[in-house]
Amino acid sequence: MAERETMEYSIQAKGLTKDYGAKRAVENLNLEIANGELFALLGINGAGKTTSIKMLSGLTQPTAGEAQLLGDSMTNEPARAKAHNGISPQETAVARNLTVLENLAFMARIYGANAQTADKKANDIAAQLGLREVGKAKAKTLSGGMQRRLSIGMALISEPKILFLDEPTLGLDVIARRELWAVVRGLKGRVTILLTTHYLEEVEALSDRVGIMARGKLTAIGTVQELMTKTGAKNFEDAFIALATDTEEIA
Amino acid sequence: MNAMTAFSGRNTKEMLRDPLNLAFGLGFPVVLLLLLTAIQRNIPVNLFQLERLTPGIAVFGLSFISLFSATLISKDRTTSFLMRLFASPMRASDYILGYTLPLIPMALAQALLCYLVAGLLGMQLTANVLLAILVSLPAAALFIGIGLLCGSVFNDKQVGGICGALLTNLSAWLSGTWFDLDLVGGAFKKIAYALPFAHAVDAGRAAMSGEFAAIMPHLWWVIGYAAVALVAAVLVFRKKMLRDNG
Repeated sequence: MAERETMEYSIQAKGLTKDYGAKRAVENLNLEIANGELFALLGINGAGKTTSIKMLSGLTQPTAGEAQLLGDSMTNEPARAKAHNGISPQETAVARNLTVLENLAFMARIYGANAQTADKKANDIAAQLGLREVGKAKAKTLSGGMQRRLSIGMALISEPKILFLDEPTLGLDVIARRELWAVVRGLKGRVTILLTTHYLEEVEALSDRVGIMARGKLTAIGTVQELMTKTGAKNFEDAFIALATDTEEIA
Repeated sequence: MNAMTAFSGRNTKEMLRDPLNLAFGLGFPVVLLLLLTAIQRNIPVNLFQLERLTPGIAVFGLSFISLFSATLISKDRTTSFLMRLFASPMRASDYILGYTLPLIPMALAQALLCYLVAGLLGMQLTANVLLAILVSLPAAALFIGIGLLCGSVFNDKQVGGICGALLTNLSAWLSGTWFDLDLVGGAFKKIAYALPFAHAVDAGRAAMSGEFAAIMPHLWWVIGYAAVALVAAVLVFRKKMLRDNG
């Protein structure tokens, strides 16, 4: 166990490849994300981001290669590997007729907490994410921003060491988005986060490193500044466009 | 076990907190019972005798169980709620049991309510009522299986059409609840008795009238269909579980 705690990388992808019939969605993805790092995975629609997240989080089996979370193989030890992660899917996935606190406690129990501990954890997370005032409200009555916040809370309740955030601010207004950024910033350093998003300002504001995918391949990796320097672009948007249309895989 | 219990608790709350579920699942069969009994009091022929009507209404009421479960599962699939759970350490059996177990007490409560209302309307409440409720369990399993199957295959709009309209009508018309199937006879009667609904009603009627030897021949039909529906539901759910995320 001590060995796992001191492991340098939380997420490792080793030659991950996924085929859907004749179509190759992701090709030979090699990636290492350090403990506590916030890594943003970018790419235009269909670039392979969601498929990559699904393979890394154990939602789909790779055609080839292997994903490891804290050293546990998603192929050989899926239950152990899955116990490390929390996921907030692209759509707001909450139980609509359950209250905020019931949703949180439910997820805690799914990950093994007894009823008493689950209730305590639910109250703690609700306080941490500013959900205490709506704790007894049914999820379906919340605004889009609050539902998304609850969705992230449900991913955090099991105290995961790794968090997958698939387009967490999609469709939110600017205020709700900034509030969620504050929540994510509060997690940085404590939790390893893999984030996908289409909002480049979100990447600039939050991420430690960025990976850019194009046509199923990882074409660039580095900090925002490194990617701008690499492409000679004046801003990150220009750098992204240059790299997102490049299909040359990084060495 | 903890995960399954938590999931089954969540499913119970989701279904019971939907007012439409309560209105259709509990209210509608009771309203039908009241209405048909009122009609019976004003007509000279013995068309809706409570001892024969109640087992039919109880089976018809169970058809709404399919609608509840199918709607819940299809919504869980289409809103990514299940995707979130698939990333957790839950096992396939946790899903199947978590969806199935809450429906059994709901089905029993529904049947019990039907018989209690019939009692209030004048039907004699004997020990045979308990047997009739017990005999309705295979029909409950059948409708639960159909619900799991439809929820795994269709989206929530399709489920509304298939379980909400088609299945409830099939179980109503082909069960012999509203009219004696011998009156129609021919191919209609043959089709009705090739399906499980009329057998489920006849088993309940046999229990109510104390003709115990007549129960099992009908009940085997229902048990057979229920087993097929449940096995198919489990296989399809597991296959869809992989495909939805593959």
